[in-house]
Amino acid sequence: MNPAGYSEQVRRAWAIAKKDIRIYYIKGPVLIFGIFMPVFLFLAFLMGSRQLPLAFLVSGLVGMTLFFTATAVSPAIFPWEGQAKTLERLASCPIMVEAIVLGDMIASTLFGIGITLITVVIGLALGLSLIHGITLLAAILLAACCFSAIGMLLAVPPTNVPSNIMMLSSLLKFPLVFISGIFVPLEQMPPWGLALAFCSPLTYFADLVRYSFTGSHFFAVWVDIAALGFFMVIFTAGTMYLHKRTMPKRM
Amino acid sequence: MYTVSDVIQALDLTKTFGKHTAVDHISFSVREGEIFGFLGPNGAGKTTTTRMLTGVIPPNEGTALVLGFDICRSPVLAKQGFGVVPETSNAYTDLTAWQNLMLMGDLYGIPRGRSVDRASELLRVLGLLERKDQKVQAYSKGMKQRLILAMALLHEPGLLFLDEPTSGLDVQSTQMILSLLRDLNQAGTTIFLTTHNMEEANRLCHRVGIIRAGKIVALDAPEKLKVAIDRVHRLEVSFDREVPADALAGLDGVLSANRTGDKWQITAENRDAAIRSLVTFSREHNATIVTLNTLAPSLDDAFLRLTREDHP
Repeated sequence: MNPAGYSEQVRRAWAIAKKDIRIYYIKGPVLIFGIFMPVFLFLAFLMGSRQLPLAFLVSGLVGMTLFFTATAVSPAIFPWEGQAKTLERLASCPIMVEAIVLGDMIASTLFGIGITLITVVIGLALGLSLIHGITLLAAILLAACCFSAIGMLLAVPPTNVPSNIMMLSSLLKFPLVFISGIFVPLEQMPPWGLALAFCSPLTYFADLVRYSFTGSHFFAVWVDIAALGFFMVIFTAGTMYLHKRTMPKRM
Repeated sequence: MYTVSDVIQALDLTKTFGKHTAVDHISFSVREGEIFGFLGPNGAGKTTTTRMLTGVIPPNEGTALVLGFDICRSPVLAKQGFGVVPETSNAYTDLTAWQNLMLMGDLYGIPRGRSVDRASELLRVLGLLERKDQKVQAYSKGMKQRLILAMALLHEPGLLFLDEPTSGLDVQSTQMILSLLRDLNQAGTTIFLTTHNMEEANRLCHRVGIIRAGKIVALDAPEKLKVAIDRVHRLEVSFDREVPADALAGLDGVLSANRTGDKWQITAENRDAAIRSLVTFSREHNATIVTLNTLAPSLDDAFLRLTREDHP
């Protein structure tokens, strides 16, 4: 066994993910930001935007749910663990910072996928038909990884006060929802809004979900997938690099 | 200065926090199989040094070879071989003791069957087996510290770092931990022990290093350190009859002799010569020695002397 080898580090990252799932998924902020928030936003827009078809809104709900759930756990884990000194325990174990980050990302990804599949089932129960199921599954998987990386990026500032990070997280996440075509179709956006939407990975995921449920889309499917893949790689590499630099400052 | 049997080699380790130099170019080594005590007053740099040696924080300058691996360049390989017991309990309080131990097993790449066997054995030895399925948040401080020790020992490390392992613990937990440390050391585990407790260091450690203001000020066996700090030695002697004070004070090697009760407090530059003179004196004066004690300074004395601000 080579403890520093990739396979061994991935195995240890899985141990981190299992620990995260056991400990963090029942925390209040996770439930509030991950589940209640998208549901209430959805209900608000459902009642306020009667001219928008249900398929459009459910697609938005699926997009929001994945975005909020996959980014709900990850930003708070490092501050929580820094505060409880358990991060120091991990830092003294034979696991790379990258593997710790990967473990946290795996947990967020799984949580995001699990809750999002529930909203897909809700959509189907409401009478919507799933036209492109494989595309939807691929999009959920890719976007969950991408959003988990965003969540970990939000945790980069080396503070051990979870509320600081949750505040920063909300500050960035909510505007992102409004510029990503969740509630306002991309076709109806002004040019400056569209320019902002291009910069958000949620835009491409929402477009893919909409395509999966309605068959219509703004970008070509391959553009959406390539964009999500691009964001995922950039954010994952960025978060691993930055956490490696800031980790000692948390101790 | 360093040998192949050194399991820790600190090489010019330096750590600064802003303008403050917490650890200032320290170098020392810890030999295989010894219990090394790392002593110093609060803020001297003990914990910072331990954190650098265990790869938790990187040094600004210098490095350390731990079990033959550079802690800066090959941290994972080095960490695989040692265990850490920090001052503050850092088990996951939302998990049970058993889940914490299984997590450690996974993080050290131990096969599950082996983890289960080791965890059961350690929990039994440390008196936690019956409460293994209880969440750690319900544990007392002593129980948490024993669990932390179990977590550090699960992978059977050859080197164990402990930072104030018995600080604030009840007598039962303290004795259990110290007894286990002795057993581990006898079985070959090298122990790096940071402590404030001089008595603990005195009884356990083969060698101690004393750090003050980020610099190592002494590094030796406890007994040698105690002797080294005082050039003047003290003896206490009593005879079965009266003896003249001036005769005692004039003995070879004796600097002064003062009577306290039925005993004589003797100061001497050379303890061996003074004892020999006293024995000769008792024979010549036909006075039987009833008691003869050497009053060596305690490790507390050595520590206080060496960590005093005006000490060179």
